[in-house]
Amino acid sequence: MSFSHKDLLGIADLNADEITYILDTAEKMAEVSHRPMKKVPALRGKLVVNLFFETSTRTRSSFEIAEKRLSADTLNFSASASAVQKGESLADTVLNIDRMQPDCYVMRHASPGSCHLIKRLTPAAVVNAGDGAHEHPTQALLDAMTIRQRKGSFKGLQVLICGDIAHSRVVRSNVHLLNKVGAKVTVCGPATLIPPHFESLGVRVTSDFEKALQGKDVVMMLRIQLERQQRGLFPSLLEYYKTFGLTEQRLKLANKEAIVMHPGPMNRGVEIASEVADGPYSVILDQVENGVAVRMAVLYLLLGGGEDEASH
Amino acid sequence: MRRKTLFDAAGIQRSLGRLALEIAERLQGCKDLALVGIHRRGVPLAKRIAQKLHEVEGVHVPVGSLDINLYRDDFSSVGTAPVLLGTQVDFDIEGRTVVLVDDVLFTGRTVRSALDALLDLGRPARVQLAVLVDRGHRELPIQADYVGLSLNTRREDHVELRLKETDAEDGLILETPTPAPGKKTERRGK
Amino acid sequence: MKRLIKNGRVIDPSSGTDETLDVLLEDGSIARVDKRIQEKSAEVFDATGLIVAPGFIDMHVHLREPGFERKETIASGLAAALAGGFTGVCCMPNTDPVNDCASVTQYVLHKAKGVSPVAVYPVGAITKGLKGEDLAPFAELKEAGVRALSDDGRPVTRSSVMRRALEYAGSLGLLVIDHCEDLDLAEGGVMNEGPVSARLGLRGIPADAEYLPVRRDLALSRLTGQRLHVAHVSTRRAVEAIRAAKKKRIPVTAEATPHHFALTDAACTAFDSNTKMNPPLRDQEDVDGIIEGLADGTIDAIATDHAPHAYEEKFVEFDRAPNGIIGLQTAVSLALDRLVRSDRVSLKRVVDAFACAPARLLGLERKGAIREGMDADLTLFSPRKEFCLQEKDVKSLSRNSPFLGQKLRGAVVATVIAGSVYSVK
Repeated sequence: MSFSHKDLLGIADLNADEITYILDTAEKMAEVSHRPMKKVPALRGKLVVNLFFETSTRTRSSFEIAEKRLSADTLNFSASASAVQKGESLADTVLNIDRMQPDCYVMRHASPGSCHLIKRLTPAAVVNAGDGAHEHPTQALLDAMTIRQRKGSFKGLQVLICGDIAHSRVVRSNVHLLNKVGAKVTVCGPATLIPPHFESLGVRVTSDFEKALQGKDVVMMLRIQLERQQRGLFPSLLEYYKTFGLTEQRLKLANKEAIVMHPGPMNRGVEIASEVADGPYSVILDQVENGVAVRMAVLYLLLGGGEDEASH
Repeated sequence: MRRKTLFDAAGIQRSLGRLALEIAERLQGCKDLALVGIHRRGVPLAKRIAQKLHEVEGVHVPVGSLDINLYRDDFSSVGTAPVLLGTQVDFDIEGRTVVLVDDVLFTGRTVRSALDALLDLGRPARVQLAVLVDRGHRELPIQADYVGLSLNTRREDHVELRLKETDAEDGLILETPTPAPGKKTERRGK
Repeated sequence: MKRLIKNGRVIDPSSGTDETLDVLLEDGSIARVDKRIQEKSAEVFDATGLIVAPGFIDMHVHLREPGFERKETIASGLAAALAGGFTGVCCMPNTDPVNDCASVTQYVLHKAKGVSPVAVYPVGAITKGLKGEDLAPFAELKEAGVRALSDDGRPVTRSSVMRRALEYAGSLGLLVIDHCEDLDLAEGGVMNEGPVSARLGLRGIPADAEYLPVRRDLALSRLTGQRLHVAHVSTRRAVEAIRAAKKKRIPVTAEATPHHFALTDAACTAFDSNTKMNPPLRDQEDVDGIIEGLADGTIDAIATDHAPHAYEEKFVEFDRAPNGIIGLQTAVSLALDRLVRSDRVSLKRVVDAFACAPARLLGLERKGAIREGMDADLTLFSPRKEFCLQEKDVKSLSRNSPFLGQKLRGAVVATVIAGSVYSVK
């Protein structure tokens, strides 16, 4: 297996073998997090810059822990506390930090393609931690790891993703990944929140949540952002819950052992009922745990690695 | 390239048998002993030694496996992708005598990484090293406590152990590159 | 000063000429067009293997001066035009200050005369300050030298304002050029709405954001009986509406940019902001519609919408970047490479789109034809010569083009203005 990528900008750039390889590596990384000494020196001496232009406690902490478990040095850069407030451009921000010779940028930004932009400026590796509504590759990978742990194989698996599809990077990355590994994806949500032409990504599209739940092995609920409601895209949160909220009753429509997923943070009582989120079929907390392992795997594969077994 | 088989399957088994006896003798039995094989081929070797110990001493010695990929000190750029085989040590190493097992001891770097990895798992009372082949050319002050075969090799030689658990069959092979064609020495005349 | 353009293939769609002829230029005019002219005192330019066309005119250029000289100046813009084979350009009024009065028009004309032989035809604003409310002083603008009006960059959203503009401009013989965009429907989109935008997570601009205002303008043109020119058409449905309107003899004309027949929205997948413009790159069906429109004359002219932006403005996140690319130096090569080489549009039609149609639409009586008495403006090009625009050869102050370094087949060899030959290096 030859993992020849220098960056992880999106699942669109990976093939099925590479995805499996990352997941297998992540499984091995999980062991590190379960021993008393939760550290390996694999990335010792490497500098990883966490460049977060959007606030995100969860993803950033996950990356930070992953970096530290691999013994990398981390530098946290968050937009509010920086020159960006004074109007410094993204290009200038990166050019400045680059002078400190980082080995890797982990970037989250509100604009799709922002990772592609900085890649043209820096020789460091770039990991996309979310670029607008475009992609969030490590989220899709940790989702896949969780699905694989519970379901064994992806082939023919029926997956439903429901929520604000138009603005979700999680759905795009997941659709790419699940299609590549042979699962079947349906997306669901209010018609105003599903972009036109979305079927061209290779998914079924529907606004009938209850019908869509039937026959599904995995139900993934996405967060509804309150700002969308203010922009008139759908009438009210209560209306959303009534039509698209995952209640225990609705979950029964899916397959018997269907699992419930959510990338977090959850709006309890809007897209998902508490009983479901905390219920026996929910793997939401596993997702979080797998997040660290997956991010360790990605960073290791991009930055670490040694020669093969020749030198003893 | 000249290839020579140093040990066949039987030869390997005899050598492992002797190693097992040496370990048992040196440690005066198998109390608190654990074997930890270094991936990849150190692992089946450790299991075979444990098997021999069981035959001879009647004890069950725990066997673990160490993946040293995450502990390498040689950070080359991403070329061949490493395959993580995972570390699995399902017993407590606290206070034990741990014998690390590897197939070929060469520069010593692998063993040094293995020591780091092992000590991150706990505090053994002492650590020893058993190898099937010691081929010299150490770059670090590392020595093996138990050696199956000591070999005089040149740096450019290639020593390969094949085991039926990981390859088609057992065998210890030495490959020496044929010398580059130089001037033909004149053998005419006196 | 006599100059003889010898042995070129003269293509003049206005007269149907397409044969090897010599063209004699004297004192800034075309003196004679004939086979094998002998003129001892003339300086000879050997045009063997080249096409000799009437001087090309780009009806849609942003020279950015006054006000945005970081992006482009009149001097640098006209240098790019000359290198691109253009003998004249129309410059849009979205400068700072806006060209909605005689003084700005005079400034531009005066500046241009001092720095370049390329003719400049300033386009005046339709509304004061481009605000879309009150009409600019059309008569004053006409007196200062304006031949056409546009709020380009912005649409004229209020239909009553557009109606009055058509009526008033029409009475003065000025051409109204509309940037057709329904801003509300476009809703802050940054690229074409389609499978590509769905995949990239970028907000899309549906084709209807162009189609609906085009329909409105066609209705107003019919209502008032006055000429209307649709700027930078990019969608098939708009082309079809214009075609149907022309059949009904509604006095509408249209232009399209080279990037709208050379690229689709698939070019946006790398998030390069040099593929971000307004109207956006569309899908293959739309591109085919544009090419068919050019082939059958529904789209009268090719105009670049040359829109320079400084490096630091364009090298930002895709959704934050300003719209537009430069185009003066690649227009002719793109037309030859993508339209003529594939036989989708005839060479004659391409020459018409670059030269005769603009001259006709702007009322330039001594341009756009090669015959005795016409101005000595010519564009000489080779349909086979390879062309590749390198950064170092860009005359514009800005470099925002997705075509840099791309090999194209077809190149401008020289631009002739008032009898002087300017060879492209």
